[in-house]
Amino acid sequence: MPVLTEDRIAGGLGGPPRLDPPSGDGGRGEPDSSFPVSTSQVATWLLMTGIAMLFAGLTSAYIVLRGVPTWDSIHLPPLVWGNTLVLIASSLTFELARRSVKEDQLYLLRMWLGLTAILGIAFVSGQVLLWTQMTASGLLLTSTLHSSFFYVLSGVHAVHISGGLIGLAVVSVKAWSGRLSSKSFEPLRLCATYWHFMGGVWLYLILLLVFA
Amino acid sequence: MADGNGPGRITIAGLAFAFMMLVLIIISLWLFIAKPWWFPELASVRGGDIDSVFTAVLIVTGIAFIGVQGVLGYFVARYGGRGTEKAGYWHDNPKAEAGLLIGTAVIMTVLVFMGQRVWASIYFTDAPPGSLEVQVTGEQFAWSFHYPGADGVFGRTDAKLITNDGTNPVGLDRKDPAAKDDLVSVNVMHAVVGKAVKVRLRSKDVIHSFFLPHMRVKQDAVPGMSILVWLEPTRAGDFELACAELCGAGHYRMKAKLVVDKTEQDLNNWVKQTLAQQTGN
Amino acid sequence: MQVEHATEHAHPQLGFWRKYVFSTDHKIIGIQYMITAMAMAVIGGLLSMLMRLQLAWPSQAWPALGKLLPVAFAGNIMDPGFYVSLVTMHGTIMVFFLFTAVLTGAFGNFLIPLQIGARDMAFPFLNALSYWVFLLSCIVIISALFVAGGAPLGGWTAYAPLSALGEASGPGEGAGMTLWITALGLFTISGLMGGLNYVTTILTMRTKGMSMMRLPLTQWSLLITAVLGLLAFPVLLAAAILLTFDRAGGTSFFIPSGIIMNNRLLGNSGGHPLLWQHLFWFFGHPEVYIVILPAMGMASDILSTFCRKPIFSYKMMVYSMVSIAGLSFIVWGHHMFVSGMSPFLGSVFTMTTLVIAVPSAVKTFNWLGTIWGARIRFTTAALYSIGFISVFVSGGLSGIFLGSSAADIYLQDTYFVVAHFHLVMAIAPLFAAFAGIYYWFPKMFGRFMNETLGKVHFWGSLIGVYAVFFPMHIIGIMGHMRRIYDPLFYDFLKPAAGMNIFVSISAFALASVQLIFLANFFISIFAGKKVKENNPWHATTLEWETPCPTGHGNFGDELPVVHRWAFDYSVPGAKNDYVPQTIPPGGEKV
Repeated sequence: MPVLTEDRIAGGLGGPPRLDPPSGDGGRGEPDSSFPVSTSQVATWLLMTGIAMLFAGLTSAYIVLRGVPTWDSIHLPPLVWGNTLVLIASSLTFELARRSVKEDQLYLLRMWLGLTAILGIAFVSGQVLLWTQMTASGLLLTSTLHSSFFYVLSGVHAVHISGGLIGLAVVSVKAWSGRLSSKSFEPLRLCATYWHFMGGVWLYLILLLVFA
Repeated sequence: MADGNGPGRITIAGLAFAFMMLVLIIISLWLFIAKPWWFPELASVRGGDIDSVFTAVLIVTGIAFIGVQGVLGYFVARYGGRGTEKAGYWHDNPKAEAGLLIGTAVIMTVLVFMGQRVWASIYFTDAPPGSLEVQVTGEQFAWSFHYPGADGVFGRTDAKLITNDGTNPVGLDRKDPAAKDDLVSVNVMHAVVGKAVKVRLRSKDVIHSFFLPHMRVKQDAVPGMSILVWLEPTRAGDFELACAELCGAGHYRMKAKLVVDKTEQDLNNWVKQTLAQQTGN
Repeated sequence: MQVEHATEHAHPQLGFWRKYVFSTDHKIIGIQYMITAMAMAVIGGLLSMLMRLQLAWPSQAWPALGKLLPVAFAGNIMDPGFYVSLVTMHGTIMVFFLFTAVLTGAFGNFLIPLQIGARDMAFPFLNALSYWVFLLSCIVIISALFVAGGAPLGGWTAYAPLSALGEASGPGEGAGMTLWITALGLFTISGLMGGLNYVTTILTMRTKGMSMMRLPLTQWSLLITAVLGLLAFPVLLAAAILLTFDRAGGTSFFIPSGIIMNNRLLGNSGGHPLLWQHLFWFFGHPEVYIVILPAMGMASDILSTFCRKPIFSYKMMVYSMVSIAGLSFIVWGHHMFVSGMSPFLGSVFTMTTLVIAVPSAVKTFNWLGTIWGARIRFTTAALYSIGFISVFVSGGLSGIFLGSSAADIYLQDTYFVVAHFHLVMAIAPLFAAFAGIYYWFPKMFGRFMNETLGKVHFWGSLIGVYAVFFPMHIIGIMGHMRRIYDPLFYDFLKPAAGMNIFVSISAFALASVQLIFLANFFISIFAGKKVKENNPWHATTLEWETPCPTGHGNFGDELPVVHRWAFDYSVPGAKNDYVPQTIPPGGEKV
């Protein structure tokens, strides 16, 4: 059973109102829990917390070493900005997908999801292309600390975006088989949250790497 | 007795535990007061301050240790039961709790302040002017001590000049005029009684640590860093130096000898004679 | 109303493999963690026996070992590199694969759904996955002992640049170190999966009436620990990623310029060895609280049960655990006082470290307050929860010396540190784990462990742990460094030789006593005295409403409803000396 497929109403949008006072035990498939947020939503936020700490560790290393006197900044190819725009666009399309499902516009939902997937794959491919460009122009992993950090940070980020693509695939399968509706779209909502989060992480990384 | 007030049953288990706590207290009192084995005999000025901090903490923690282990043993002996009688039901005493909490915080604060005065005297106080200077380099698995010689100037060192056979462990540039009277000694260090010595610590490969137990000196030697530590010996004699940071398979044998000479003239003679031996005169 | 046997939750009958091996039932997974951790404990313990052998009789010839381990004991004498690899692996295995695994993995899994009134974890499949990834990590770490070059020799702390330079810095730093990093990476992933499950489950799946302040302290400790893990372990992963790039990718995150290795000047530039220490200890300090917090929670609950008295000041116990967890993130520099870190930071870290002593003191007073006026029933579990207090206090107090930066200048890297962390991070959690095992064994297996053997185990262990670790304080005061293959190489350590022998012999005795426990544990699973009631200890928490052993689905047709906190022992006016959490107000008089 995949992790992010909890179709819980509690904490989602729409659905019958929660019993008052809170009751039930919150077990799988059993009446609403007294905790205001659904199980999957809690899990998604915890996952993002862990990932945030991973990037916090990596970027704190960057900040510490940024102060060494021998620091040599590299110039990133402009493709990096193109990739950034692609990622931002993919968040927009994901958001449009979410709005579509809220309105039960299932055709639009599938279109926006498909577009998000294309943009997501384009981002990862674009990053690989970027690394190839950099290597070809002599900006290697080992060239300077700045280039080392760029490769490592963008690489770890790309791994996590790829994980998001897997989640997106699962959500897309649900969309195509008609299992998402305005009454039940928790998986999409959570996957979108994760996706926006990784987009935010990328913006943080790129701003740090370029301007700090 | 039955409703949870007053003492419970005296049990064998309870008494045995109390006895253990008593033995623990007695043995620790013996170890920490009679001191059959204790710190190596002090040989530096800063060491005395460090020992005072240790003693202060020892008194505080000693009282706490005896108090808590003693009370624990006493309670366990006194409040036994068979699992059928009721105990007391009270379970809160905010005043006592607040008092103990504040008391602990106050004691900790006092300890911090005492310790920080000593810390500042070691780290935020410069060595007196005219101190001896030595550059110490750790490597897998030996220590080298670079003395500036009579001119008081350290000769230039260059990593590219380091030889494989141990004849030039720090890459001293013998062509540099200032290096003519420099001595690089392996595993033997000299200092002078009553005279401060400034040690500049470096490492060639991994992290080592410069540990003089009698002097209460310990400072890591980190590659890429040059770290200053200074000390003032109070006794003449031979003292051992050990590496105190795991640095590989040979970590245990990174031993050196510190010889504290009676006069600076003795040290200078040692520098000259050892240099002469090395250059084959 | 409880049915005698829990009705099987609507599942088809599972075969042996799905039921006992590839199970998604949290109870089975918990037991799997427990047995795997016990196996790792035996391995980690054997490694330390070899270490103690060398420390007591340095460079003695051991012909039998020379035959068994010809590389490690070339010429029948222990190889110095082998000694430090023993040190490294003993520490690594014990900290992660025993203590973190048994307290969080075993007890967390077994107890969380039971004590909060749920049928299973929020994500049972993820839970099973976390165990199998953990098992894989165990296999990988053990394999590091057997590869060419052997296990790494940088200590469990793996300081750079020693850990970053590969085989050049020492045998075992090549393949062995790579396996070590891989094992820890897998362990981190397993731990994060588990932590995610625990927090989600405790927050969202508590049964009706189980408010946060009615949770047993065990649950609070597991919740707080899981949060700590989610915040701390990723930083270890970050450090491991950077280290791997330094080792295999030629980067210079931790490697400065000017390093000469094997007579070659390395081309690295810009890195800083201290960065590793900062990252590692930012993780490492919360990690030690990840180990001790569940121990504190369990010991508190078990103490209360056998004292027949509520835990003293439950609220402060909760707040103190929360503050310990929070403070654990701002004390890491106390491992780095002499590292070359800025002395100003040293002052800051002394202050924060001594602050963390305050909530620990609060807990100690509360344990004493629980025993005051108690009526103790001296089961083995009770004895271990009492013993826990003693060893925790001993270990905690020595921490005050080490937290005082001026004193730490001398004590850093001596056996004083070894004594401190063993008592507080190994022995205290071990005692709490033993208490938990003797206490919950009936719930897990439907049988009791033998109480007589249990008591022999307790008294032998209590004497043994003090005989082994108390002298180490003195040895450390004498200046005895850590991780030293041959102490007799130093004149100033020769007076410690007798004590090293005493410690080693005590260690062998202590290890032998553990064999009694292992025999008791495994034999009792099949032949222990059968439990005839749901609640043999007359405890109040929800797991005791279920049969011994608990069946699949835990609670029968209806989930329990909670009406009171977990500590209603010896309630005045109540019929019994305990009132389960499910009894409504007024029901205790009947």
